[in-house]
Amino acid sequence: MKKLLQGNIAFCEGAIDGGLDAYYAYPITPQNEISAYFAKVLPQKNKVFLQAESELAAINMVFGTALTGKRAVTSSSSPGISLMQEGISYLCGCELPCVIVNVMRGGPGLGNISGSQQDYFQSTRGGGHGDYYTIVLAPFSVKEIYEFAKESFLLAEKYRNPVMIIYDGYLGQMMEVVDTETDDGKLNVIIDKPIDKNWVLDGAKDRQPRKIRSLFMAEGELEQHNWKLKNKYDKIKEKEVRVKFYETHDAEIIIVAFGMSARVSLEAVYKLRREGIKIGLIRPITLWPFPYSEIYEIAKKVKKFVVVEMNLGQMIEDVKLAVNGIAEVYFYGRPGGGLVESEELIQKIKSIK
Amino acid sequence: MQPTKFVKPKSLQDNYHSYCPGCGHGIVHRLIAEVVDELNIREKTIGVAPVGCAVFAYDYWNFDVTEAAHGRPPAVATGIKRVLPDRIVFTYQGDGDLAAIGTAEIVHAANRGENISVFFINNTVYGMTSGQMAPTTIVGQKTLTTPYGREISRDGYPLKVCELLSVLDGVRFVARAALTSPKNVLLAKLYIRKSFLTQIENKGFSIVEILSMCPTGVNMTPIETLKWVDTELVKYFPLGILKDV
Ligand SMILES: Cc1ncc(C[n+]2csc(CCOP(=O)(O)OP(=O)(O)O)c2C)c(N)n1
Repeated sequence: MKKLLQGNIAFCEGAIDGGLDAYYAYPITPQNEISAYFAKVLPQKNKVFLQAESELAAINMVFGTALTGKRAVTSSSSPGISLMQEGISYLCGCELPCVIVNVMRGGPGLGNISGSQQDYFQSTRGGGHGDYYTIVLAPFSVKEIYEFAKESFLLAEKYRNPVMIIYDGYLGQMMEVVDTETDDGKLNVIIDKPIDKNWVLDGAKDRQPRKIRSLFMAEGELEQHNWKLKNKYDKIKEKEVRVKFYETHDAEIIIVAFGMSARVSLEAVYKLRREGIKIGLIRPITLWPFPYSEIYEIAKKVKKFVVVEMNLGQMIEDVKLAVNGIAEVYFYGRPGGGLVESEELIQKIKSIK
Repeated sequence: MQPTKFVKPKSLQDNYHSYCPGCGHGIVHRLIAEVVDELNIREKTIGVAPVGCAVFAYDYWNFDVTEAAHGRPPAVATGIKRVLPDRIVFTYQGDGDLAAIGTAEIVHAANRGENISVFFINNTVYGMTSGQMAPTTIVGQKTLTTPYGREISRDGYPLKVCELLSVLDGVRFVARAALTSPKNVLLAKLYIRKSFLTQIENKGFSIVEILSMCPTGVNMTPIETLKWVDTELVKYFPLGILKDV
């Protein structure tokens, strides 16, 4: 079916089509459409909608629902996601699947309410205390928001790990046609064996009691737990990297960008191509796991990279790790909730060519 | 007449507790386990353990138990109960967990009339972190962080959580008990039972505060601690049912 949807509403519809059971959140701009929509629709579908007293409470309600094996979602924007970090660390420590949306705004502090990509570090480096990662998806269209929301539960349950979907406030507010019949934007999560649910707490009926914990006090126990998590993260890195290439086959200069910055970059790529400049775009879809080796392969041939972000330069650190010194890496970006502009980007590219 | 046999409730695992001599946690664990057995709800009970000395509760009870971040058990219990409304969900929290870092969560869970049971262990100190002042430390009481005694001018008054919560409309049953005599222990058990029944009858939120003993934290012998709870603590935290509607 074809529908004209706003980014934030596409998230809601995707999550419902993906089988959401409960949604908990605290109001914050620019993502209030999500809770308004769920408040109206979830009660009609006998699903749980609850406005929490804070993001702290919201993420811990998610924790409670997730440990029963049901599908829990929360959404927020940057300051609220900061407040959730303790809970996200516990979810990762306890290996509980859930879906968290960050419709990013400008920071630090209260910042502003414009779209931004300033939470790249926070999202891709765990964000809270301890050695852990969340799977981070960065959609760049309304259709992708829909598809990622729909499939994110599978990814979360496959690895018993939280999945974060992050996009900026612009994409959240934007309206585009979503055709649910087409395959574009699908994550195509492979479920190769039945998802194990023999860990959920739902009452110890006809089985031994179970416990959910992230506390491991016995000698060496926590180290073992951390190694186990590392094995899981390695598997995710091996199997779940998603990245898209545009016009990279003969490119002499490569832009790397995600989300809204990738859209603006794509416009610049096509304009520059018309002027005869051989330029391409790499768009990481999973920000964690990051497509290091995919970028390195291209860096063997292409010697100039430009990273475009709506921040002061965060993903650029991963791109530099990826190219590992064999290519030059430049930056164009705007912090503080400003959209990057294709004309400015074109000037930047011409200046380094 | 048959002699009464002392048996372990099915709802307790056959484990040693890690509690100090004279601590009240073990008694309350047992009371909860006895009530869960008597109400025949063991197979549908989910407990939420705190961060505090009772953090290992999942190794003591013989039903499903989850950990929760410090102060967040009421939010975690909400997330469980909302999707599994026919299960019996309770939180077990210390005074630091419930009355300091988790104040927002307990007030709002209570105010929503969340259909859960809360067992609140008030031992007047932060036991696990070695005996600092708690919100419920009484005036003049010496702790690790009030070496000269709690001062009203600096630390304010002890927080009366049950009194505070009992004015909220969503709250159906509030009671305070102590563990200082066999009679008081039996009353504590009665209130715990009443709290579970409130939940089973879908009436809403209930809380039982239990004045407990932390001899290590209050720096007294177990017997002195019992006496102190019985004579001093109850003056500030009177026992009995505060609300039953
Ligand atoms: C966010 C956070 N802050 C602080 C702590 C350290 N901490 C662990 S237990 C505890 C206090 C426990 O006291 P209480 O709730 O009264 O329970 P008790 O140990 O006395 O039974 C504190 C402050 C923590 N684990 N997490």
